[in-house]
Amino acid sequence: MVPLYYNTRSLWGRRLSTGLTVMGLGLVVFVFAAVLMLARGIEAALSAGGDPSNVVLLREGTDSELGSFMERDALRVLSTAPEVASSVEGEPLAAGEVVVLVALPRDGGNVMNTTARGISAQSVAARPTVRLVSGRMPRPGTNEVALGASLLGRTPGATVGGALRFAQQVWPVVGVFTAGGGAFESELWADGRRLGSAFGRDGPSSAIVRLSSPTLVDTFIRRVEADPRFTLKAQSESNYWEEQATALATFIRVLGLFVSFVFSMGAILGAMITMYAQVASRIAELGMLRAVGFRRRSVLASVMIESGLLGVTGGVLGALAALAMRWVDIRTLNFQTFAEVSFGFAPTPGILLAALLFGTGMGLLGGLLPALRAARLSILDALRA
Amino acid sequence: MDAAVPPMVRLQGVSKVYRRGSVEVPVLESVDLSIASGAFEAFMGPSGSGKSTLLNLISGLDRPTTGVVEVAGRDLAQLSDAELADWRSAHVGFIFQLYNLLPVLTAAENVELPLLLTPLSRAERRRHVAAALEVVGLSHRRSHRPSELSGGEQQRVAIARAIVTDPDLIIADEPTGDLDRKSAEQVLDLFEALHHGLRKTLVMVTHDPNAAEHAERIHHLEKGVLQ
Ligand SMILES: Nc1ncnc2c1ncn2[C@@H]1O[C@H](COP(=O)(O)OP(=O)(O)OP(=O)(O)O)[C@@H](O)[C@H]1O
Ligand SMILES: [Mg+2]
Repeated sequence: MVPLYYNTRSLWGRRLSTGLTVMGLGLVVFVFAAVLMLARGIEAALSAGGDPSNVVLLREGTDSELGSFMERDALRVLSTAPEVASSVEGEPLAAGEVVVLVALPRDGGNVMNTTARGISAQSVAARPTVRLVSGRMPRPGTNEVALGASLLGRTPGATVGGALRFAQQVWPVVGVFTAGGGAFESELWADGRRLGSAFGRDGPSSAIVRLSSPTLVDTFIRRVEADPRFTLKAQSESNYWEEQATALATFIRVLGLFVSFVFSMGAILGAMITMYAQVASRIAELGMLRAVGFRRRSVLASVMIESGLLGVTGGVLGALAALAMRWVDIRTLNFQTFAEVSFGFAPTPGILLAALLFGTGMGLLGGLLPALRAARLSILDALRA
Repeated sequence: MDAAVPPMVRLQGVSKVYRRGSVEVPVLESVDLSIASGAFEAFMGPSGSGKSTLLNLISGLDRPTTGVVEVAGRDLAQLSDAELADWRSAHVGFIFQLYNLLPVLTAAENVELPLLLTPLSRAERRRHVAAALEVVGLSHRRSHRPSELSGGEQQRVAIARAIVTDPDLIIADEPTGDLDRKSAEQVLDLFEALHHGLRKTLVMVTHDPNAAEHAERIHHLEKGVLQ
């Protein structure tokens, strides 16, 4: 009822306090949106490694390949199951793998923990997303390694033709591969036997089994779990990587939302102080509006809308700033495996909408008490002001 | 006065008592008053005599402690606060001593404000605003903000705002109190034009005997009692 341009121009008339308030709201929205995008980015990065036709086998009771040891015979027996796909040579697409953590030096004297995967004959064939971008895969029986693309240049010697040092051995780099943005891109791959013996492991940690169709995954999982000879846990590869991501993503979400919540108190107070000042300096104007016939609820709505405008503006600016974070790349520890993973901020329409609503909500909350005060003013007192 | 035409304003036994803590302050005492439709009447009296209080009762901004206030045939006591707000927007035009324009709005936007409470279309509102600004002689200032206008011009914008809804009653509390002689005369000439030309009912409070001279009738208030 009270025209919107009254609000926008009044806010513009006090540009400084309006600007500072919007910045405060925007910062909180930025933290809120950036954290949600980060959690989403982690999930996306880690779960991208999963192929819907693949099943990961781990020892029962473990959640990660790093803590798993598999019975030697299990894979040989299970790879004869009818659901298992075959390579062009007719070999079952099943690969036992040794997964260990290696410490590589990083510039500045730090150490980065990297997942090293000891592969076997069908490891690459079982993962269609894995593509060599230069060089070749390590040959069996050698110390050669191939690097996930995001490890390139991250540690001395991390290029094709260079060499890494770990476990008191030299590991020449012969290739670089991508994996559709998934977690494998943060891994280094070597021959399974050589890596196993370098780390004193004489059996696989886990196995990857490729089935002829994603629809067979449940059947195969039931087969593994029903077989009394093995104490194995089977899950689809997508599930496995999603679970790897969940703990960290949830932790970041909870921490981020808590921090946003605390900060939002400050931003709401800021909006409240600004709107109290706006109302206080315009009491006579509000009294005139009431005198000529504007109702209390019109005045209430007008102040709330003005405060909501602060919130919307803060929300838009905060969301835009968070969107700009998509060009930032982050590496951190995967809390379950303590290996470094690389990921970015992943904006989604839902997160942007939530950011806008969050900003608007803070604005409206901040405006509530000033609006009530404005609406409760007696006309005569207001006109005398 | 034609007996068949009911008065625009009728006050009967109206008193107003303000309470300051436990002390009761009588501000108006059993005021009886009748203002005919189309009249131009002024109230004078010393500061604190209750002039503004009386005007607020007539214009439906305040309610009497006892007595009846009837305006345009309507007993205002029958109306709720919200209904009274609607009633004011339909029947009363307000002119204040300090103009009370919105500083961030142009003259035309200020004049348009009361029309936003009516069902008029945008085009109709624009026509009414243009006509009101024409009456006060400020068409050429329509896009100016109050800070770009003189005090007299601001008060004329306020007069345009008061007449734009074509109200029955125009209420002015010391409309020339803040103006120099010349601007005050312009405002008072406008009042006379509204009175004679448009047959508006005008009720004005003033300290200035020269201003009061423009009215048809002058009432004197002394310590809350109409002389
Ligand atoms: N809300 C209120 N509470 C208590 N007393 C009030 C209130 N409003 C007005 N009064 C008192 O009522 C008396 C009359 O006030 P009013 O404003 O009607 O005077 P006035 O004749 O308009 O004076 P002035 O010429 O100075 O404007 C004054 O003594 C004033 O202090
Ligand atoms: Mg007064």
